[in-house]
Amino acid sequence: MMYRALFRIRFTNSLQYRAAALAGLTTQFAWGFMYVLAFAAFYRSNPAAFPMTFQQTVSYIWMQQAFIAIFFIWMYDNSIFEAIESGQISYELVRPMDLYNRWFTMTTANRLSRAVLRCLPILIVAFVLPEPYRLVFPGEWARLGLFVLSMVLSLGVVVSFSMLIYISAFSTINSIGTRIVVGVAGDFLAGGYIPIPFFPDALRIAVELSPFGAMQNMPLLIYSGYLTGSALARGMLLQVFWVVILVCVGRVLLNRALKRVVVQGG
Amino acid sequence: MITLQGINKTFRIAKRQAGFSRAFRALFSHEYETVHALKDVTFSIRPGEMVGYIGPNGAGKSTTIKIMCGVLTPDGGECQINGRTPWRERVAHVREIGVVFGQRSQLWWDVPVIDSFELIRDIYKTDAKVYKRNLCELTELLDLSETIKTPARTLSLGQRMRCEIAASLLHDPKILFLDEPTIGLDAVSKLAVRQFIKRLNAERGTTVLLTTHDMQDIEALTERIILIGKGQILLDGSLSELKERAPEGANDEEMVAALYREYEI
Amino acid sequence: MRLYIKYFSVHIKSQMQYKTSFFFTTTGQFLVAFATFLSIHFLFDRFDSVGGFYYEEVLICFSVMIMAFSISELIGRGFDRFPMLLGNGGFDRALVRPRNVVFQVLASQVEFSRLGRFVQAVAILVYALPRSGIDWTWDKILTLTLMITCGSVLFFGLFVLYAAFSFFTIEGLEFMNILTDGGREHGRLPFSVYGEGVLKFLTYVVPLALIQYYPLLYLVGREESILYALTPVLALAFLLPCWGFFRFGLRHYKSTGS
Repeated sequence: MMYRALFRIRFTNSLQYRAAALAGLTTQFAWGFMYVLAFAAFYRSNPAAFPMTFQQTVSYIWMQQAFIAIFFIWMYDNSIFEAIESGQISYELVRPMDLYNRWFTMTTANRLSRAVLRCLPILIVAFVLPEPYRLVFPGEWARLGLFVLSMVLSLGVVVSFSMLIYISAFSTINSIGTRIVVGVAGDFLAGGYIPIPFFPDALRIAVELSPFGAMQNMPLLIYSGYLTGSALARGMLLQVFWVVILVCVGRVLLNRALKRVVVQGG
Repeated sequence: MITLQGINKTFRIAKRQAGFSRAFRALFSHEYETVHALKDVTFSIRPGEMVGYIGPNGAGKSTTIKIMCGVLTPDGGECQINGRTPWRERVAHVREIGVVFGQRSQLWWDVPVIDSFELIRDIYKTDAKVYKRNLCELTELLDLSETIKTPARTLSLGQRMRCEIAASLLHDPKILFLDEPTIGLDAVSKLAVRQFIKRLNAERGTTVLLTTHDMQDIEALTERIILIGKGQILLDGSLSELKERAPEGANDEEMVAALYREYEI
Repeated sequence: MRLYIKYFSVHIKSQMQYKTSFFFTTTGQFLVAFATFLSIHFLFDRFDSVGGFYYEEVLICFSVMIMAFSISELIGRGFDRFPMLLGNGGFDRALVRPRNVVFQVLASQVEFSRLGRFVQAVAILVYALPRSGIDWTWDKILTLTLMITCGSVLFFGLFVLYAAFSFFTIEGLEFMNILTDGGREHGRLPFSVYGEGVLKFLTYVVPLALIQYYPLLYLVGREESILYALTPVLALAFLLPCWGFFRFGLRHYKSTGS
């Protein structure tokens, strides 16, 4: 119940900013379209060198833009950093809630609300674009279901991963560095700049096993139909694996950090 | 000489909706409200006068000050300060005024205050001799000789406010606008600030207009009071006149509260 | 100018108080540009060319864009951060000081961490220049210089435009990022790659192509006419509407105060 209330507050807050949502949409749409056009140019120059079909790449980009708030690490919840750095954290400790759950809920709600607001208009426009720039509906419902499931898992990976960055703010004086460096590097490795199949093979294989490969890569490749069969099953199992690991590590680290805060009287 | 004649100002404000479903509806439409910030505001202040400008929150005090500083252009009416219209001849006008916005700092946060002072000197192109004289005098009177060597962000509110006031006076302004200069200060700092303003007015003949919620500021500093409520000037007179209208034995706060009630603001 | 130097030294002093933050932000800026570079690099591992341009040519294009952007961001950051200046009353303070408002906005921020991006641009340029197969005669050098300088001015104009919009809306500002950040990011490839429509828009409406695609054609020897080398100068005209709109916004601000 408590978490639901928290969730609602966050959600309503985000809804207030209609102009911001509209502007964000336009930006993202234009951004995505430029990506699609760039890949189209590369495709024209040598179709044989394309690791995915062009259609799959287009779907990848549009779905990525539509759910950007879910997929990207750098979409942090800055209020958490502020709470830690300003020392407000001591108030948070007074409340009768588990801090890890609280932050996890907050961040998830924040990301979901932003995504829900933005995804529909982008999806609608992307579906009605002319060929070949159009977002294609996956043929089977099963694939759509797997996509949704995998997206939930990747939200779990992204949030539990960003929890580690929040927690690291306890032990650094200035979290800006970690925020930027880990954010940029992470999003690059996760396929935020170019899809992972475009990476050189050695790097691709390594990344696919890492938590970064369990983020946007999985649902986007499932939706576009690039991943099927056993590779798909293996990938989703890896996603579950990483959520569990990251949550456990996060909990341990947070407890340790909080003990220090209490001892020092943070 | 300051004269305001029939100044009007209205704002249009978008309403923010509370609640989940309303917030959702607000995605598609906005409701606007027209607020009359100032209605026919008229008064004049002689050179060397010290005036308290009081009224409840949102009455229009800051809007008036912003107009007199040249930051805002009114919808109608005239304003002459030292023979100029503030919003028409901004640069020439602001050279002769000093402004302290009590809740906002004009100092550069991370460098020693003295660096801010020097930058302000260059911004105002203050004559080196004048600057030096003012700096000496101000640091002495406001007891700042140590304070100005430290960065603004490390100062207490009281120290910072004294620095803010000094910063506004380095260029020898003829008029000083003080927007809530004592807000949040402790007793010692309040007394120091009041004493300083009084002296400034007496010795240099600086015209001072100050807004405040602290009636002791008014009691200590000003003979004349202008009361504004809902954008209109309600009363313009001396402190003693004001006291006569108040119930017997009321202290300052009660007096103002009674006044607000009387005018239904 | 002397006053600007004073401001400048105050900014240096301020930012040196936060050395770690400065270091990390600079590194971050570098990294963002580096990630973009890597993605280009990976793509050219697979493809020889795009839209008829080769790897080194694209790299020149890319580094010119981020260099121009980082220069104008370093100097014009005050306009980029203008919404903040409006929000915290800093702009009201500027209005009660006897100096040109635009000058004060300009001087209000100088952000040295943007050098991170600049360094990246220089490194790539140094790598790409000798390998591009371009014969560096004086006219080519002039072309490159014009691309960078006029490019900075053009991005600066976009920042001014951004600031002008913030007089009217704070929430809706994000759309300007298509032009500023978008111009930088997508400018890594010659704009012709994105097709006729995009190229036309970036030639006639927001003339980013004038500092990128057309002079690049001259640079790589695909066009012989010196006119192509001089197109960046035309882009300077874009400052006028930006400036006009800022004045208009300022008038609006003075009458509403919000």
